[in-house]
Amino acid sequence: MTEISRRKALALGSGMVALAILPMPANASIEQVMEDIKTFTGGAEATESSIIKLEVPEIAENGNTVPLSVSVESPMTADNYVKRVILLAEKNPNPGIATFHFSSRSGVAEASTRMRLATTQNVVAVAELSDGSFHMTKSTVKVTIGGCGG
Amino acid sequence: MAKSKPRVKAPKSASKGDVVTIKTLISHKMESGQRKDKEGKVIPRQIINHFSAKFNGETVFEVTIEPAISANPYLQFKMRVEEAGEFEFTWTDDDGSVYSKKQKLKVG
Repeated sequence: MTEISRRKALALGSGMVALAILPMPANASIEQVMEDIKTFTGGAEATESSIIKLEVPEIAENGNTVPLSVSVESPMTADNYVKRVILLAEKNPNPGIATFHFSSRSGVAEASTRMRLATTQNVVAVAELSDGSFHMTKSTVKVTIGGCGG
Repeated sequence: MAKSKPRVKAPKSASKGDVVTIKTLISHKMESGQRKDKEGKVIPRQIINHFSAKFNGETVFEVTIEPAISANPYLQFKMRVEEAGEFEFTWTDDDGSVYSKKQKLKVG
């Protein structure tokens, strides 16, 4: 009896170790996100700002198709408009989701699509304005069907 | 795979100055390049990697698409109407295929 409980204790212990190690690759991907943002901004600082809004569900039952909507406050005139918005997922195998290229003809800088999310994570949106400034926002999505098969 | 079929929902007419909403969808499996088949071999990536919307030849909206976009990619966006004319929507596949659809817009 003591033998079994010792084994159980060991199994539990190794399980804990595995859990502790698991988040590591996710951090690597967050670094990749920072790297992607840097490439997007050309090294310029992206400030957290309320002019960019990211609409995602709080909880997504199916990570295969998660609705996403992004909008940026802007007059969208020929000399003051939103050029691009990049969307990134912090814990997907590849962080890139999509880049929207707007023009002054867009009228409103707003677009929607559906994305895949591997697991519960942050979605990041960074906008480039025609004046050369960068604005970013973040939102967390909880994904129900991920590694555990729902 | 079955041939990809683009679908577009855009108004047929609008007034000058209106901002109209355009919804597009194309049937496509968007193979991410992350999945494996029964033998454990990686299924090669095949996605729609680019979308563009032009109006009278001028690009209004473009998207660079990554594998994280769901199967049957759906895109919704806006355009300010200045004059009557024709939309041209184009989707580009990893395999080089180009799918397109045109639609006229009346002003008045």
